[in-house]
Amino acid sequence: MASIGAWILPALVALTILVAWRRGVPMYDEFVDGAAEGLRLGLRLIPLIIGIYIAIGLFRESGALDWLGRAAAPVLAHAGFPPEILPLMIIRPFSNAAAMGVIAELLAEHGPDSFIGLLASIMQGSSETTFYVATLYLGSAGVRRPLHTVHLCLLGDLIGYVAALWITSSLA
Amino acid sequence: MINAVWASMILCGIAFAVARGDAGMITATIFGQAANGLAAALNLLAIIAVWFGLSRIAERSGLLAGLARAIAPLLRPLFPELPKGHPAFSAMAMNLAANVLGLANAATPFGLQAMKQLQELNPRPDTATPAMITFLALNSACATILPATAIALRAQAGAADPNLIIVPAALSSGAAMVGVILIDRWLRAARRR
Repeated sequence: MASIGAWILPALVALTILVAWRRGVPMYDEFVDGAAEGLRLGLRLIPLIIGIYIAIGLFRESGALDWLGRAAAPVLAHAGFPPEILPLMIIRPFSNAAAMGVIAELLAEHGPDSFIGLLASIMQGSSETTFYVATLYLGSAGVRRPLHTVHLCLLGDLIGYVAALWITSSLA
Repeated sequence: MINAVWASMILCGIAFAVARGDAGMITATIFGQAANGLAAALNLLAIIAVWFGLSRIAERSGLLAGLARAIAPLLRPLFPELPKGHPAFSAMAMNLAANVLGLANAATPFGLQAMKQLQELNPRPDTATPAMITFLALNSACATILPATAIALRAQAGAADPNLIIVPAALSSGAAMVGVILIDRWLRAARRR
């Protein structure tokens, strides 16, 4: 399956350029124009990303994340989630890289084919770095009042988590 | 909301570090993470430049419009307020297609482009429109047929079958997608009343 993923991107690039060539589009000129527009937009993202990284780093490195995990464990156990999974649920909406670290840790500790290992990898595959994406997308458009955007996105992640728990339970 | 979460994370972090008598890590973490964030942002900048360039070629050659035509019928009922054939449909369709394939890096530039185009229709530019909310919810809960990251992590940890999670992840992300679509429909109806 990894090999399919590796071919999707080159195939898409080749197809794009071949179609453009056949239709007489000045490919390189258009590429440069588009890339320039992308860079102008991208420059506005740098401060947003730096801000998010600082908040995540302080929260994790100070031990606040661990504390929150211990505090919420009983609530989770009631819903049927193993408490070990909580750091992943908290971190996942904020940072993909940090979530990968949490999952690698869980897989090494409990085994990739254990209940916790399966649940963690299915949850990773079925959720999104919601705070990161919402901040980035709304910030890049210049929107300051997100209304209920984040709540709805988090609700989507929660539905994904519950479905993942349900499906993993029927697998194991 | 985002401002409150951001501020709480920083204040909690500082409070915990001070309570543990480890105030020294605060300064180191702030500037270390600023450097990490800058590195990540520059990396993203390069990827955005490439994808904006390629998507411009695809746009001019009519390829993007073709793909959007295939996906737009699925999106149209979710965005009744957008004019038919609006360019945001293509960007959103490309973003969701990249998400489905697990190409997170490829998805972001299209998502940003979609937001820019949705913002051009926004009568109150400082406030999210219903279309933006629907799009972000779809993006956040998008069904995945190739959870590449999780598969790679499992292979690394020596799983018997790293691909075992593909169908379960597709099912649970599909459930999340159906869930947010229904909730979004309900919220839009409630707002109109």
